[in-house]
Amino acid sequence: MGGTGTLSAERPTARPAGPFVDRLQAAGFDFFVGVPCSLVGPVIAELERRGLYLPETREDAALGVAAGAYLGGRLPVVIMQNSGLGVSLNALGSLHLLYRMPCLLLVTWRGYRGEDAPEHLVMGRVLPDLLDVLGIPHRAPVPDTVEADVAWAAAQIRERQTPVALVVLPGLFA
Amino acid sequence: MTLADALAILAPRIPAGTACIHANGYVSRAGCAARDREECFYMIGSMGLAASIGLGVALTRPDRRVLVLDGDGNVLMNPGALASIGAAAPPNLHHVCFDNGAHASTGGQRTISDHVRLEEVARACGYRWSGRVETPEALAAEVPALLGREGPAFLLIRIALGPPGPPGPRIPHAPEAMTARLRRALGAAA
Repeated sequence: MGGTGTLSAERPTARPAGPFVDRLQAAGFDFFVGVPCSLVGPVIAELERRGLYLPETREDAALGVAAGAYLGGRLPVVIMQNSGLGVSLNALGSLHLLYRMPCLLLVTWRGYRGEDAPEHLVMGRVLPDLLDVLGIPHRAPVPDTVEADVAWAAAQIRERQTPVALVVLPGLFA
Repeated sequence: MTLADALAILAPRIPAGTACIHANGYVSRAGCAARDREECFYMIGSMGLAASIGLGVALTRPDRRVLVLDGDGNVLMNPGALASIGAAAPPNLHHVCFDNGAHASTGGQRTISDHVRLEEVARACGYRWSGRVETPEALAAEVPALLGREGPAFLLIRIALGPPGPPGPRIPHAPEAMTARLRRALGAAA
């Protein structure tokens, strides 16, 4: 779990997590597993309040559990810090993408614009390229687009049957 | 007792309808050769994640029995899965680990399982039961008892490293076909 994300000057209006989780559930997502990041702390807290969150030990293990949940008939969301995306490459490559198992990746963007603790800078710089290389469609919602972006992600997932990512910028959630 | 010997004892005793999640490598190849069903899932990659996948199935389908067929190299790669299973404690999850002390599918390089009692790790992680068998007779006697226990339950099956070479052909099913058929077998939407 990382430190506190900075609130971007251009995006002063953070969104409460409750309506975001409502939106995820309305879009059909019904299984939530992950490893925390402070940038999605309010989302995880809201999921915990609803009794919906399963904490995992590693991000690739979370992806494994999500794969099992999909096999069981659920549509999963996997929450992780972008550092955990590095941990997840083999699971994405040889499980989800190979076996066509969809999930929504809710990946935080530590190291955004190079403004963060040193351990986040390399992954922060390559995050969009890394998702592109893997062929994982992604959007980084701002407060005004978050509802539309959730709908976009759900539609992409149903069409492609593979993982799709929403990248969580610092300050998106309050 | 080799992997194939152990599967020859285990496979006929698996109840119909059990969702079987096979670890990658020779566990999948030998498992598929011994008993292939719609509800059998074979990992051809993502080493270490069989138990995590099994946990996801078990939690979302409490009405179905889930059997994870694992190997010592796989368990040691992702021991956190034992902790997650112990913490979530799904009663419908049973977990067997074929322990030959080696990465058989990459040429038999040793693992460190001789120094780590994986069944004790499972127990410490919160499995309701764990045990170990080392002979065909003990395995034949233990399988029905294992599957009758409330899970999560972990059985380590000590096996010998078999002869060089694969214990069965490559998995004949396309990966996405395995996804579809297990979902179909579990009654999940297509």
